[in-house]
Amino acid sequence: MFAVRNLLSRVAGNALRKPVVNVPRVTAFQSLKIQRKYYSNGGAKDYTVREALNEALAEELEKDEKVLIMGEEVAQYNGAYKVTKGLLDRFGEKRIIDSPITEHGFAGLGVGAALAGLNPVVEFMTWNFAMQAIDQIINSGAKTHYMSGGIQPCSITFRGPNGFAAGVAAQHSQDYSAWYGSIPGLKVVTPWSAEDAKGLLKAAIRDPNPVVVLENELLYGQAFPMSEEAQKSDFVLPIGKAKIERVGKDVTLVALSRCVGQALTAAETLKKKYGVEAEVINLRSIKPLDVETIVKSVRKTNHLIAIESGFPSFGVSSEILALAMEYMFDFLDAPAQRITGAEVPTPYAIGLEQLSFPDEDLMVKKVEQLLRL
Amino acid sequence: MVLLAPLRASSRVGVFRTRLLRPPGTARYFASSVITRQNAPVKQPPHSDSVLFPGAVNSKFTNELKFQRPQDLPAIPTYRLIDTHGEVTDKSREPDVSQELALKMYKDMVTSSIMDLLMYESQRQGRISFYIVSAGEEGIAIGSAAALAPDDVIFSQYREQGVMMYRGFTLDEFMNQLFANKFDYGKGRNMPIHYMSERLHMHPISSPLATQIPHSVGAAYALKLDRSSRIVVCFFGEGAASEGDFHAALNIAATRSCPVVFICRNNGFAISTPTLEQYKGDGIASRGVGYGIDTVRVDGNDIMAVREVTMRARDIALKEQKPVLVEAMSYRVSHHSTSDDSFAYRAKVEVEDWKHRDNPITRMRKWLESKSWWSGEQDQELRTQVRRDILKAFARAEKEKKPALENLFLDVYKIPSRDLEEQMAELRRIIEEYPDEYDLEAFDRGKEGL
Repeated sequence: MFAVRNLLSRVAGNALRKPVVNVPRVTAFQSLKIQRKYYSNGGAKDYTVREALNEALAEELEKDEKVLIMGEEVAQYNGAYKVTKGLLDRFGEKRIIDSPITEHGFAGLGVGAALAGLNPVVEFMTWNFAMQAIDQIINSGAKTHYMSGGIQPCSITFRGPNGFAAGVAAQHSQDYSAWYGSIPGLKVVTPWSAEDAKGLLKAAIRDPNPVVVLENELLYGQAFPMSEEAQKSDFVLPIGKAKIERVGKDVTLVALSRCVGQALTAAETLKKKYGVEAEVINLRSIKPLDVETIVKSVRKTNHLIAIESGFPSFGVSSEILALAMEYMFDFLDAPAQRITGAEVPTPYAIGLEQLSFPDEDLMVKKVEQLLRL
Repeated sequence: MVLLAPLRASSRVGVFRTRLLRPPGTARYFASSVITRQNAPVKQPPHSDSVLFPGAVNSKFTNELKFQRPQDLPAIPTYRLIDTHGEVTDKSREPDVSQELALKMYKDMVTSSIMDLLMYESQRQGRISFYIVSAGEEGIAIGSAAALAPDDVIFSQYREQGVMMYRGFTLDEFMNQLFANKFDYGKGRNMPIHYMSERLHMHPISSPLATQIPHSVGAAYALKLDRSSRIVVCFFGEGAASEGDFHAALNIAATRSCPVVFICRNNGFAISTPTLEQYKGDGIASRGVGYGIDTVRVDGNDIMAVREVTMRARDIALKEQKPVLVEAMSYRVSHHSTSDDSFAYRAKVEVEDWKHRDNPITRMRKWLESKSWWSGEQDQELRTQVRRDILKAFARAEKEKKPALENLFLDVYKIPSRDLEEQMAELRRIIEEYPDEYDLEAFDRGKEGL
C-alpha cells in the first residue's frame, strides 16, 4: 500500500515539475509506444534512448552469437526498464538470461563467461546495486588481462542506469562515473542522446576490453532524432572521443550524460539573454577522456565550466579542472569552474531532491558570474 | 535488496508482469536440462495432501508442528577406500588404478611437498616475497587432477600446485613464476604462486577469495552453450565458502545447470579461524544439498578415494549437465602462508599429532608398499633426485632477467591507450636523459625493452 501511495504522490509531483529540456519530454510514465516522427529530409527518425539501446543490443546479438545478456528480469520481464524488450523471444533463453538476485554472482558469472571467450552484456537494474559486484568488475574484469600477461582478455559490457532518477532517494541516486573512471583497465562511457546510446553501447560490446556503460533512467523515455546513418546496423561510435554538440566562442561547457541536454538549454538562454555563444561538449566517454577536444575548445573560448550531477569531491569535474591546470592554464582568462551535485546523500522529498542537483538556471548563473555578464 | 526498483519501474511504464505462454512446439531445447517455468494452471484435487506452492512443489501438509533441527540430522558420511594404515577397507573395492598411474600420483605428491619446503625456506631467506605451501593437502589436488580430462578447464585458488604439477606444469615454469622473470607467463605482474597456464587450461589464479567460483560457473556456461565434452573444475577452501561469491555461484550453477565440479578443500582453518567459528552446520557439503546440488564428502587424505569421487563427479557434471560439489576433508599441517605463524592460534603438538597420525603421502606410500609397487629405497632415491631437480630449476630461474620494462604499460588494454603510450615515451626520455641513474641490467633487453 505504501509503495502505491508514494508512487501516486510522485506522479502528481512530477506533473508540477517544469520540463527540464527543450526536446519533447516523454516521461517514463507515458506509454512505451512512441509515435515516430519522420523527417522529410535526410531520413532521420525520432528514437527514444530506450529504443536506441534496444536496437543496439538486438543488432549485436544478431551479429555475433557470442553475445549474451544476463541480469535480473532481463528476459521474461523484458528488463526492469524495458531496455531488453522482445529480446528473449527473438534470441531465446540460452542468450537472454534471467539471473537470481545476486549482483556479484551474475557479474562474476559474466566475467567467467568472458574469460571463456563469450561477449556477455551484464545488466544491472541500476548501477546503485552494482556496488555488491564491484570486486568482480574491478578486481576480476578490469585486471585479468594485465595480470595474465595479456593472454586472457575479458570482453564484457556492464550496463544499466546510473545517477539520480526521480524520487528514489539516496540508495538509488548515486553517480558512479568517477568510481569506474579511476580504474586502469576499464573503459567507461556515458551516453546522452539516442545516437550516443546506440553507438556507444555497440562499441562497448565489440570492444575487447571490459566496458562500463553508465546510462540514465531519466533519458530512457526521451526522444532524439537519429540520423539515417545511425539507424544502420554498422553504426558504431569511437570510445574516447567527445562530441561538440553546440559550437560557441565565449565559454566552454563540458558535460556528460543528462547534463549535456541541460547545458544546451542553458546555452540557448545565454544566447537570448546576452548574445553569448557557449560551446557545449558532450564527453560521451569518461575513460579514456578526450582532453584534446576540451583543450582545443578552451583555446578558443578561454573559459571553462565542467558540469556533472555527481558529488563534487574527487569527481569527473575535479578531474577536468585538474587537467585544465595541466594543459589549459595559459589559455584561461578566469579560473575554471565546476557545477556538480550537492555533497549530500540524495534526499527523497521532491523539493530537497531538486535542490541537490544542478539545473539550467544554475548553469546560466554560473556563466553570468564567470563572464561578468 | 532490489525489489524496490522493478516495482516502481513496472508501474511507470504501465507494463505488468505477464507470463509469456509459449505456443505448442516451441519449447526451447537446452541440452539435457530444460528450465521449466510453472505456467500451467494449478489443479488441486479435493482433500489433497499438498498445494503446489511455486517455492516448494514437493512439500506435504502436516499437523505436527516441528522445527527442523540440524543436529537431529545425521552428518554426511566421508567416503574413503584406504585407511590411515594404507589398507583397503573393503577388499572388494580395490582402487582401480595402474601401477604406472599410481606411481605418477605419488611422485607428484612428493615433488609438490619438497618444492613447498624449499620455496618456503627461500622466502625466509628473502629470495621471493611470498609463498603458500599445500602440505597435508597434496592428495586432494593430485587425486582430483588424476580424474579429469587433460582439457577440462580449471579455476584454482592458491593451494593447488599439485593440480598443475599433475597436468605437466614443469619445475622451470613454477620457478619462472615464483621469481617473476622474463619467462613468467604473467610478465611479473602477480604475486608468487599465482600460476596460470594456457597450455594446461588453467586460468590465472585470482587473489580475492572466492571470486573464481562465479567465474568457473560462467566458463561452464560457455562450455554448455558450445555443447562441449569438457567440464570446469573449481577449487576453493572452506573459508572462501563463507564469501557471498560461493553462495551466488552455487545458486546460479544450479539454476542454470552448469557442468562444473566444485571442489572444496576443508582443511580446518581459514588462516587462523577454525571451522568451528567459520560456520555452523554440517560442513560445506550441507550447503551443496541446500542449493539442490549433488554433493559428496570424501577423505582428502585418501588420494584414491578423491580420484574416484572426482571421476564420478565429472561424469555427472558432463552427462547430466549440472553442477556437483565435492567436500574433501583434510588438515592444514602448514602455516596459512609465509605471512602467518599458526602456532599463535593452535598448539604445535596438535599439528605434530596430525602429521604422525595421518598424511596423504605416507598413507599412499603404505598402500604402495603393501602392493610391492614401491620401497623405502626407491623413496629415498626419488626424494634426493627431486630435490636436486628443483634446486637446478630454482637456480636457472633466479638468475634470469626480469620482464622487459614495456610490460609495465602493456596489456592494461588490448591496444594501449594514448595516455599509456605517452607515459611510456616519457619514461624512455627520462631514462635516456639520466642514464647513470637507472640500472637496467636486470631487465630483459635493457633500455630497448621500452
